[in-house]
Amino acid sequence: MIANLGFGFLFIAFLISLYAIGTAIYGLCAKSHAFLESARIATIVIFPLVTLSVLSLLGLMLTGQFEYTYVFRVISQDMPLILKITALWGGQAGSLLFWVWLLAGVTAASFLWGKQKQLKALVPWAVIITMTTLAFFLFMVLFLENPFERIWLFANGQVVSSFIQPAGSFVVIPPAGFGLNPLLRNTGMVLHPPMLYLGFVTFLVPFAYAAASLITGEVSGDWMRLTRGWTLAGWIFLSAGLVLGSRWSYDLLGWGGYWSWDPVEIAALMPWLTATAFLHSAIVEERRDLFKLWNYVLVMLTFCLVILGAFLTRSGVLSSVHAFSGSSIGPVFFILIGLIFVTSLGLLLWRWNSLTASGELHSIFSRESLFLFNNILFVCLFLICLTGVLFPILSEVFTGQQVTVGAQWYKSTTGPLFALLLLLMGIVPLSVWGASSAKRLGNELWKPAVVSLLIPTGLLLAGIRSWGAVLALWLAGLVILVLFYDFWRTVSAWRSAMHEPLLASGFRLLLGNHRRYGGLLVHLGVVLMAVGIVGIEFFQTQTQVTIQQGSSFSFHGDTLHFDGLTTPGTTDDHEITLAVLTVDAGNGKTFSLAPCVDNYTAQAQSVTVPGVWSTPAGDLYIVLVDWQSSATTSATFRVYYNPLIDWLWIGAVVLILGGLFAFWPAKSVQERGQPT
Amino acid sequence: MFYPEELLIAQSSEKNSEKLPHKKTPINKFVIGGFLVVAAVIILAVTSLRGNTQYYLTINELLSNPGGQTQNVRISGVVLGSTIQYDSTTNTLTFEVANIPGDNATIEKMGGLATALHTAATDSSLKHLKISYQGSRPDLLNDEAQAIMTGSLGSDGIFYANELLLKCPSRYEDSLPAQAGT
Repeated sequence: MIANLGFGFLFIAFLISLYAIGTAIYGLCAKSHAFLESARIATIVIFPLVTLSVLSLLGLMLTGQFEYTYVFRVISQDMPLILKITALWGGQAGSLLFWVWLLAGVTAASFLWGKQKQLKALVPWAVIITMTTLAFFLFMVLFLENPFERIWLFANGQVVSSFIQPAGSFVVIPPAGFGLNPLLRNTGMVLHPPMLYLGFVTFLVPFAYAAASLITGEVSGDWMRLTRGWTLAGWIFLSAGLVLGSRWSYDLLGWGGYWSWDPVEIAALMPWLTATAFLHSAIVEERRDLFKLWNYVLVMLTFCLVILGAFLTRSGVLSSVHAFSGSSIGPVFFILIGLIFVTSLGLLLWRWNSLTASGELHSIFSRESLFLFNNILFVCLFLICLTGVLFPILSEVFTGQQVTVGAQWYKSTTGPLFALLLLLMGIVPLSVWGASSAKRLGNELWKPAVVSLLIPTGLLLAGIRSWGAVLALWLAGLVILVLFYDFWRTVSAWRSAMHEPLLASGFRLLLGNHRRYGGLLVHLGVVLMAVGIVGIEFFQTQTQVTIQQGSSFSFHGDTLHFDGLTTPGTTDDHEITLAVLTVDAGNGKTFSLAPCVDNYTAQAQSVTVPGVWSTPAGDLYIVLVDWQSSATTSATFRVYYNPLIDWLWIGAVVLILGGLFAFWPAKSVQERGQPT
Repeated sequence: MFYPEELLIAQSSEKNSEKLPHKKTPINKFVIGGFLVVAAVIILAVTSLRGNTQYYLTINELLSNPGGQTQNVRISGVVLGSTIQYDSTTNTLTFEVANIPGDNATIEKMGGLATALHTAATDSSLKHLKISYQGSRPDLLNDEAQAIMTGSLGSDGIFYANELLLKCPSRYEDSLPAQAGT
């Protein structure tokens, strides 16, 4: 009953999306305001309907209706409530419904609170574009990956999963479900997928308005200013999702790693790269009326990549840890990608002539030129990622033999580009718009550049001979110096102009210019993240030891004493083997670490949880690899020292805060009576 | 909108009486510059390919073609759970894998990945390949899991893997009660 309702709500939502498309088209042809308004309201109605459908599925999951295939696969009775809820996005069918729900939510919000008044002519087309996308996804959930399917048994013992009862079969009600894969039973599951999905779906809004502006020929750039908030929100969500995933794999998967250049990770990184490029080049269009065509390309490409990423992850074409199993939704996805790509390209070619920007690039040292260079780097990074992901598929097409590229390839190709991006971050705050020269930029830059040389000098004196690390840390130091130098200089100039205390000027500047200082705060975050990455990539040390209970070993200046193994009791179907170690870090400081292996018997799956002691200088990271507890207890540990890794997470928090600061509505500037 | 750097520009241009020449740089300079950057990136990407690419083979392709590529290849196979062994003194993990078809179409024909994996793992007529890997046992290394390994086939017939990836959720995703054995 509940399942039929859930399916019914979705089906109605699907019909309404088609209705919205039809009404918007009719309204445009007949120039009928009533029809257009009806189409707009229809887009908002879909969200509550999909919400009801999601609630229906959650109801089935939380009450343990195991005759439903999805519930059987992702729910087991012993899972805590929070994990039962997260199981909504723990499997293919449910996560697709969850995706549709977020897509419907973002779409509804954009038509409810979006700046329609200013974009009136674009709204009907935005309705058509968002509703077409939504209809595609609703179709997939309804007819290809239906989460409301039940399990049916034929007399001959064959078992099938189907929404409608197949003739000659009867429904099976298993006594218990299989439950979520133990690796997904983690707090990371609560936030990482929703954030990532929210990031993905939010890019639909700028895409829809960009396409609408091309269709209507209103290419003044208003769409870009007015959907800027959505782009930035999508970027913040996507950044948060990526970092949370990284942290999850650091905390749980026992790799001592944070990023493995897995194809699915890259699929999520690609739209982030193009969106980041867009956030930069959008500023140039706003300030200098340049890169107009380019901005369309970036926005449209970002959304194409979102759909491509979803396709790669869900269709089973990739070999990846994250990928869902092979599925029948591939062909429909292919049509959707084709449609979006061909439409975008067609629209761009059609309006090509009207997209020439009026501004001009004057000097190669001006800020707009540096932004151009930034965009080239981001696009190159994206192209490297795309090449790597598609390499197996392309090589098979051309040579008949699948060839794959490994993580090392990505590291050696993207590394120099990331270094150049750091360098740009160090230069750009001191550059000026419009006419500039090497001499002028040099005059601004030489002071912080000279001071920053202290960093490589210090590192070399300290005996560090890893050139990559020295270069990266030098650039990171340069960026931080320039950020503070620039801020201090601007504050003092402002103070002498306004005759007010230094602190007041500082606050006024920060609060009066969210976008600039939010952006620079993001840069600070990126630099801190870079420091963490340099730490783990260049200076990680590790060892493996097998020792008996009661004995000790030394690692990285610490003495680790193995106290013994315990098996704490658990309420559900898993057994924990916990190793207790006391670490003496010298100078009287001791702490204890408890790496463990969590064995889920029903799933025949274990989860290795490291014991981690975190400090800003570095993490002591211990994994319990193996143990014998016969006459004498002994255990094997893999021990890592991950220098500076904390700065990766601290930097990520700064980056998100910077994004939120830039997101702050610009309205408050006028309210405070700032000069404009 | 207020842009603080404009304040600075205003100040500095007051100080510097020399006006910057408003010379128009031809756009070609930017095209050439951009082209050079892209060319450099392509060279970087192509030169990095050496030693960092692997042929992706099925186990049958690896074993049935003795004259073919056996060094630095990537293979995919089904893990046979009973063969998994870990030696903590040498930090060596060994297990056997059986062939699984390489393309999705064949796997779909076999009735989906979970069924294909199950069939392959229980079919005793299939050739098995012994894998040796330096490192601890990944959590996902279980019976009937799909393993993807990068490494080289030794003259002793053992495949020495230096990278071991496991493709996991399919096992849970595709399972229905009868297949799961409940």
